Amino acid sequence: MTRAFWLAAITLWERELIRFWRQKSRVLGFVGMPLLFWLFIGSGFGDLAFFFPGALTMTVMFSAIFSMMSLIEDRREGFLLSVLVSPAPRAAIATGKILGAATLAWLQGVIFLLFLPLTTLRPSPLALAQLVAVLYVIAFTFTALGFLFAWQMDSTQGFHAVMNLVLFPLWMVSGALFTVNSAHGWMQWLMKVNPLTYALAALRRLLEPAPPAGTPEFLFSLVLTALSGVLLWIASAVAAGRRPARSFS
Amino acid sequence: MISADNLTHCYGARTALDKLSFHAGERQIFGLLGPNGGGKSTLFRILATMMIPTEGRATVAGFDVATQPGEVRRRLGVVFQSQSLDRKLTVAENLTAQGRFYGLHGASLGARIDEILERLRLADRRRDLVETLSGGLARRVEIARALLHQPSVLLLDEPSTGLDPGARHDLIELLDELRRSYPVTILLTTHILEEADRCDRLLLLHRGSRVAEGSPAELKARVGGDVVVLTAGRPDDLRSRIAERFGVRPLVADGHLRVEIPNGHRFIADVIEAFPGEIVSVALHKPTLEDVFLDETGESI
Repeated sequence: MTRAFWLAAITLWERELIRFWRQKSRVLGFVGMPLLFWLFIGSGFGDLAFFFPGALTMTVMFSAIFSMMSLIEDRREGFLLSVLVSPAPRAAIATGKILGAATLAWLQGVIFLLFLPLTTLRPSPLALAQLVAVLYVIAFTFTALGFLFAWQMDSTQGFHAVMNLVLFPLWMVSGALFTVNSAHGWMQWLMKVNPLTYALAALRRLLEPAPPAGTPEFLFSLVLTALSGVLLWIASAVAAGRRPARSFS
Repeated sequence: MISADNLTHCYGARTALDKLSFHAGERQIFGLLGPNGGGKSTLFRILATMMIPTEGRATVAGFDVATQPGEVRRRLGVVFQSQSLDRKLTVAENLTAQGRFYGLHGASLGARIDEILERLRLADRRRDLVETLSGGLARRVEIARALLHQPSVLLLDEPSTGLDPGARHDLIELLDELRRSYPVTILLTTHILEEADRCDRLLLLHRGSRVAEGSPAELKARVGGDVVVLTAGRPDDLRSRIAERFGVRPLVADGHLRVEIPNGHRFIADVIEAFPGEIVSVALHKPTLEDVFLDETGESI
């Protein structure tokens, strides 16, 4: 890829971080909800450790998707227009936005790891390092998915609807709340085709000494998640590259 | 530097631009004047490479906006009607980002930013967040940003929207100064007469078609002599009687009678004499662009 590509992508990535830094209250909002969810459900069932990987996935998922809402704001506030009339490659615009939002989501996942001592989970330093890397892969995949949705939308309400109707149900049947083996037949099948199951499995395999029976293998889960991310990223770049013949913005 | 040839654009069944042709040359301020919905925004979007026209061709600096958008974008500076800066970034950060989108970076970009901020008298604002700037200042930052990569064509969509009269005046002065110092072609859309009056050449647009084209002085010269505006109780009735008596063709616009006539002051005396008690008020003015538009379309801007 050319220098113009990376210059534009890195600029957008950097902008995302600067904006985030100037609106620090957003950090609390993203980590807050999964944290409460985790503390209530985990304490209710008396097992904070079992629900930790699910809450971690939710943190990254929420942060990734909500960070991508900035794309809709960029469109509404006009900033996106000024980028689109510049010679910056369209694929670079998609890439920069995705990398930026993914970094923020990843950062919040890493912050959530600070609650690990509240559980009985004690991953090795190597597993922790792997965990931090895998979190970025998951963040990237969710953000790329968010880009594809957000690119088509001009209101954040629609984005909320997608979130509530698609992502939250997917999260519930990912193994975050109950294991594959404890589920009924058709639910087991649903869990196996749910891509989120594999993101969660990758985390479980790194965090837990003995993950529940039926949890997919680590490498398989990681490759599947990464591959989805790459495909979604390519789709985002293609979507951003289309120039409409009729209307725009 | 900007040419349009039979440019046509349709949104479904509605024709927003109808076989429009024009040419704007170097160091010219070219204005598109017309009411909202007249086709200005459509033309702006096509020239800014945001939309592909349905038919016809437009070129910017010799490159086709539909088929060579990359070449056009490199040579184009765009100022949108609504603000398009990142409000959470500082002035300098906004310019840095923009410069990089155009392939500038490092020390040369820094020098270029210094130069443009100095030139637009914004140097003391470089560290200010855009959200803290007034409307007029923010508009100036937008222009600075659009000029950063030294474009040969500058497009501005309703640049004085939301500005107070003072800031509006400054803006026009700035554009005038710009084209004197840079070899740049400036095209702006407007529905504000004072702004249009400062353009070198004007294209009057109405319902997607050209109504008239020329310098503001040429256009105004089309209106014969003076414009006398009469207010009367029954304008339509008075109209036919004035037409009969003076051999002129008055227009009724917004409930007033408009008469274009040389030596308007004499006509005023005569017409009041002729219809005592019927005329409530009288006004006389030299032709304005509004009069030109009314003459050509029967509607006001």
